[in-house]
Amino acid sequence: MPARVITITSGKGGVGKTTSTANISAALASMQKKVVCIDADIGLRNLDLILGVENRIVFDLVDVVEGRARPRQALIRHKQYPELYIIPAAQTRDKTAISPQQMTRTVTELRTDFDFIFIDCPAGIERGFRNAIAPADEVLIVTNPEVSAVRDADRIIGMLEADGRKLPARLIINRVKADMVRRGDMLSADDVLDILSIKLIGLIPEDEHILIAANRGLPDPTSKAGRAFRDVARRLTGEEVPLVKMAGGNILKRITGLFSAD
Amino acid sequence: MNNFFERLLGRRNQSSGSTAKQRLQLVLVTDRSDLSPEKLKAMKDEIIAVISKYVNVASDKVEINVEQRQRDNWLVADIPLVKGELIISDNGVEDA
Repeated sequence: MPARVITITSGKGGVGKTTSTANISAALASMQKKVVCIDADIGLRNLDLILGVENRIVFDLVDVVEGRARPRQALIRHKQYPELYIIPAAQTRDKTAISPQQMTRTVTELRTDFDFIFIDCPAGIERGFRNAIAPADEVLIVTNPEVSAVRDADRIIGMLEADGRKLPARLIINRVKADMVRRGDMLSADDVLDILSIKLIGLIPEDEHILIAANRGLPDPTSKAGRAFRDVARRLTGEEVPLVKMAGGNILKRITGLFSAD
Repeated sequence: MNNFFERLLGRRNQSSGSTAKQRLQLVLVTDRSDLSPEKLKAMKDEIIAVISKYVNVASDKVEINVEQRQRDNWLVADIPLVKGELIISDNGVEDA
């Protein structure tokens, strides 16, 4: 089973890349898909903490790249989601510790064992970003309905367009506050899509349960945001899942258009 | 002072969400094309100068802007000519 390799990126930091990676990976694992998520944020690792495996790390991504461990030896199996595996980033190195070629080689070795390989990209548009998109088959861009996050997402989309491979990219709009959109004080999903001209794959409401889940190190699939991430996971498998209407606009039309276009 | 400018720009009574959208659309023109408002102005002046060598341009009414069509940038120019002037084409002189 050759895996689909999906990189989760954003440009701006703090918009929810790691949260998205953890929640979508866990959702797919609960749907009996075999999933590995790789933390490519070398020097600032966090995926291990969000998924609650921080005390079980033996080898990390740099150990694999530098040949101290086989990719399979670095896999940490999640206790609550037995189909979910994590390869943590190294914490005491930096982005230059690996190259895009090495990243691709490592991912290629894992492809035959999994259905999905997610790469949690670091913020920025430099080496760490290039490492994270090198092995990708497709890209999910996370943004918030907020001027700086949308501008940075636009930059990422531009860089992906300039990249010769023309990787298919879809957008996750995270931390939407429906009441603020309703009173006109937040960019709506339609506004963001108008500006970025990219396909939407998920609309995630602001939800304090995300913080509570992070505190505990275990994604909460029953929370509002957790359910929205699960919908993203189902859409990734090709299922048509209508968007939960949050606020204004003809967003339902947009997301159905998304599937017919593929 | 700030309020004065906001009122001048019509932003005072506009929701902050619409302001955000407008500001993003403007800044992304520059981001995507690497064409700052100053560079665009300089280019516009040069284009007017070149065209004026051939026809009489109503230079105060010229509009040259970068427009977004999906994710592509288009340089869109409206260049009105002064009425009744002669246009010199490759084939000689004809009436405008």
